[in-house]
Amino acid sequence: MTSAAPRLVSGRIGDVVARADGGPKVKGEFAYASDLSAAGMLWGHTLRSPFAHARIRSIDLTAALTMPGIHAVLTHGDVPGQKCYGLEFADQPVLAIDRVRYFGEAVALVAAEHPEQARRAAERIVVDYEPLEPVVDAERAVEQDPLHPDAPTMGHGYRRDPRPNVVRSIVIRHGDPNVEGDVAISGVYDVGIQDQAFLGPESGLAVPDGEGGIDVYVATQWLHVDRDQVAPCLDLRPEQVRIHLAGVGGAFGGREDLSIQIHGAMLALHTGRPVKMVYSREESFVGHVHRHPARIWAEHRANRDGKLVCVRMRILLDGGAYASSSTAVTSNAASFACGPYAVENALIESTCVYTNNPPCGAMRGFGAVQTCFAAEAQMDRLAAELALDPVELRLRNALAPGDVLPTGQRVTGSMPVAEVIRRCAALPVPEPEALPRDPIRLPGGAGNVTRGQGVSRGVGFAVGFKNICYSEGFDDFTAARVRLFLDARGELAAEVHCAAAEVGQGVTGVIAQVARTELELDEVTLAPHTTATVGSAGSASASRMTWMAAGAVQLACRAAKAELERRGELGAGDEIDLERVYRHERTTPLDPETGQITGERAHVAFACAAMRVVVETDVELGLTRVVWIGTAQDVGKALNPQAVTGQIEGGTAQGLGLALMEEIRTSDGLITNASFTDYLLPTALDMPPVVSDLVEDPEPGAPYGLKGVGEPPTVVSTAAVVSALRAATGRALTRVPVRPDDIVGL
Amino acid sequence: MLTPRSLDEALALKAEHPGALPVEGGTDVLVELNFDRRRPDAILNLNEVPELKVWAREEGILRLGAGVTYTEILHGPVAALQPALAEASRTVGSPQIRNRGTLGGNLGTASPAGDALPPLLVEGAEVELASVRGVRTMPLREFLVGPKRNALEPDELISAVLVRPSGAPQTFMKVGPRNAMVIAVVSLALSADRERGELRASFGSAGPVPGFVTAPIAERESFAEQVAEAATPIDDVRGTAAYRRHALRVLAGRALERCLA
Ligand SMILES: Cc1cc2nc3c(=O)[nH]c(=O)nc-3n(C[C@H](O)[C@H](O)[C@H](O)COP(=O)(O)OP(=O)(O)OC[C@H]3O[C@@H](n4cnc5c(N)ncnc54)[C@H](O)[C@@H]3O)c2cc1C
Repeated sequence: MTSAAPRLVSGRIGDVVARADGGPKVKGEFAYASDLSAAGMLWGHTLRSPFAHARIRSIDLTAALTMPGIHAVLTHGDVPGQKCYGLEFADQPVLAIDRVRYFGEAVALVAAEHPEQARRAAERIVVDYEPLEPVVDAERAVEQDPLHPDAPTMGHGYRRDPRPNVVRSIVIRHGDPNVEGDVAISGVYDVGIQDQAFLGPESGLAVPDGEGGIDVYVATQWLHVDRDQVAPCLDLRPEQVRIHLAGVGGAFGGREDLSIQIHGAMLALHTGRPVKMVYSREESFVGHVHRHPARIWAEHRANRDGKLVCVRMRILLDGGAYASSSTAVTSNAASFACGPYAVENALIESTCVYTNNPPCGAMRGFGAVQTCFAAEAQMDRLAAELALDPVELRLRNALAPGDVLPTGQRVTGSMPVAEVIRRCAALPVPEPEALPRDPIRLPGGAGNVTRGQGVSRGVGFAVGFKNICYSEGFDDFTAARVRLFLDARGELAAEVHCAAAEVGQGVTGVIAQVARTELELDEVTLAPHTTATVGSAGSASASRMTWMAAGAVQLACRAAKAELERRGELGAGDEIDLERVYRHERTTPLDPETGQITGERAHVAFACAAMRVVVETDVELGLTRVVWIGTAQDVGKALNPQAVTGQIEGGTAQGLGLALMEEIRTSDGLITNASFTDYLLPTALDMPPVVSDLVEDPEPGAPYGLKGVGEPPTVVSTAAVVSALRAATGRALTRVPVRPDDIVGL
Repeated sequence: MLTPRSLDEALALKAEHPGALPVEGGTDVLVELNFDRRRPDAILNLNEVPELKVWAREEGILRLGAGVTYTEILHGPVAALQPALAEASRTVGSPQIRNRGTLGGNLGTASPAGDALPPLLVEGAEVELASVRGVRTMPLREFLVGPKRNALEPDELISAVLVRPSGAPQTFMKVGPRNAMVIAVVSLALSADRERGELRASFGSAGPVPGFVTAPIAERESFAEQVAEAATPIDDVRGTAAYRRHALRVLAGRALERCLA
């Protein structure tokens, strides 16, 4: 039975909705991918390269094959189909063929009854390596022998760059880059390698279907693009490969690339048994891509009144051994290099190179984090040079609707930069806490190092922005399917299918909120996220998933409702079942020579955030306590305000981590701190409370006017924390993470 | 897994299975097992040995059983008797680690970064080692023979740490690039013993074993420098040698200020 009259439904758009997975996760009851199991299951293990660069002369499996409990030992020769895969370019061997290009590259696979048997057997595989000189210096890489002589990323509409080892280079030329201002500020900035450091290591279960096909249950960010990479390597048709989302323990970009998908499936198909793979923490650190480390040369020219007249920036990104999403990161770094400011003249050059360092790819902020750090440091220095208040300087240059970006794209949607700056600047900064106090509330925290000696307070400010959704002509879409039927009580109920990956960001909650709102129904259930029953949702990345999923579910719900109205009512056993595909406004590529737009836009929309940070730094020991963070973020429309503030807090913590401690350290390409003992993440004592002010300026063209919210806090917080550190220490601090030595001046 | 119910039983089992790896809180042992760094023949679970769990004070000597946890030190009467050890206990890991981790385990691991070691060293602690052959004691300084190496014989267990509380003003400090849950980049315990006219300092993570420096109180002006000079730090992934030496100098200066105020 149906009722056309609007009903009061809870958990709709704009409501605070508690997360369904919150309780189970806190209580340890949530089933992560690493908790999967199946009857008769074997354990897979990957043998990885101990070298950053080496030739493989031979691989001898004899000893490994005779070890107890072993069911399969596979190498590149056993890859049934295409030997290489990749998110955008198939440049990475499924298993190394004749050469390894990074520390931890997969060389062989083992399946055994017990994980330890698999590990022990892997130790018995004899790989004869001939170590080669690793390419580890990004600046020198463009003169060294190419790691990929066939230059797999060239010739895809990108600028032709003949230098060896260039993954992509882009030049954005805007106005007259030779214009001079009254003052010029130049600086060089470095960003270390950050890791996504998700707590749930790469895990999954591959189950053969008995008919040559495979079901892979895995923690991932984009089910369908996994399938499209897995199937050709297994020499299967896409429909023979079904990827199902298993419980994801964090992603942050690090699960866009494949991990266990092909490997687990190969072992399962080979043995005819389900195969589970779970990376150890160390393996996780070497087994996924990281945030690109960067070196940035910046010059800002401005007039006495503070107006920027020209920004010149050269960005060098180290992409590591394989392309992953480096080409997009390269261009994103360039697009957002100037920050959210109106600049009439600019010359931005961004280059990403192949090296034998750890491979880099997607991570929250995607190129904009690195440039925001450099650009905002420049803005602070400019303010000092002009004796202007840093907030005032930013307001004078704030980008607004109607302004033109360095790519020539005119801002047509919402761009409340001045508003986020004003609202953030208006948040009251707390007074310094009196001394004496518990040393745990001083820099060094539990270490008990100071009672106030050496402690200096600093307040910093930064603004950042980035794109929402995929860019540069990518045909991006999300499918959603809605089924309306009468439940056991004869009440109308809905089931929603969407392959959007729930990676902890809460997209399942959003999907339910949209469906309840559109259908005016309480009875909404979500079907499992899978490639088997619905079309692609695209990736849980680029701050796009909420926008795209909401758009698709809204479309499908409205179509289902219209169909219901047409039919008048549903009888027992009747159902409406339809799928709709949502697309945002089309973008087009940038011109390969000028970096200018070739249509109306290269990016769909933008989101900005301003952040003020208070730190106390022990300038004699170089230790810091971040005391307070206040932020105003442009969110379009907060679909679930609690989830939005959660994203802001988490995203801020991740940026704070990069500012103060998070760095993958390498020596000749080898990772030296692949553990949570030495790769430090902020603890509750490092991360202060965050005051979040949500600026709701609806985005035209987005469902409900929303914008993605996951990345802007990460983009801006690194810059804002270091701004505060500079104020506290008086030092230039041109590198993140800031090390104690940098503060002390060693 | 061998689980004795008394110290005698534990010692008999250790004599019988010298290859058995003792486990107290397991906060070091389980990491080693999980990382596949160690595959002992057997595990000697000391968690059910009551003698190891207790502390006592007899004739001016404080006897801390090897199984006493950081939480017990921090929140019990021992804190007033051994203030620097209590401060060190507060810096260890997280509440979960402090609830499990023990003094005996810290000595067993004998890491140059072990946080319980410097405060015990400035208090002149001795280690009590027991075996079926009997009980011996030795100064903690002699017990720590190298990085992650101690003077235990294969049939011995650490039964207790013995210390005569000096009552001298003392403090412990630890430097790490994060405000909790860090392995010391460098650490320092210092006491100013006016009764004996002596300054004593011990530092961690700046040499193969925790360092020890002592000087007459009259040398307070140069003492921070003496501490920094005594260190033999290295560059590693956690910090540079230059920073470690610098930080020790700063810590020692501040510790003197605290203890001589
Ligand atoms: C997350 C984390 C954080 C940590 N943070 C710190 C820190 O801040 N500071 C610090 O110093 N340490 C730290 N540690 C290390 C560890 O917690 C300490 O060294 C602790 O004191 C070990 O005690 P345990 O009882 O857990 O030792 P166990 O792991 O049980 O044993 C450690 C070693 O001692 C031996 N052993 C134990 N008892 C005896 C005995 N009675 N006789 C002979 N040998 C024995 C064991 O065989 C083993 O070799 C940390 C560990 C973790 C996992």
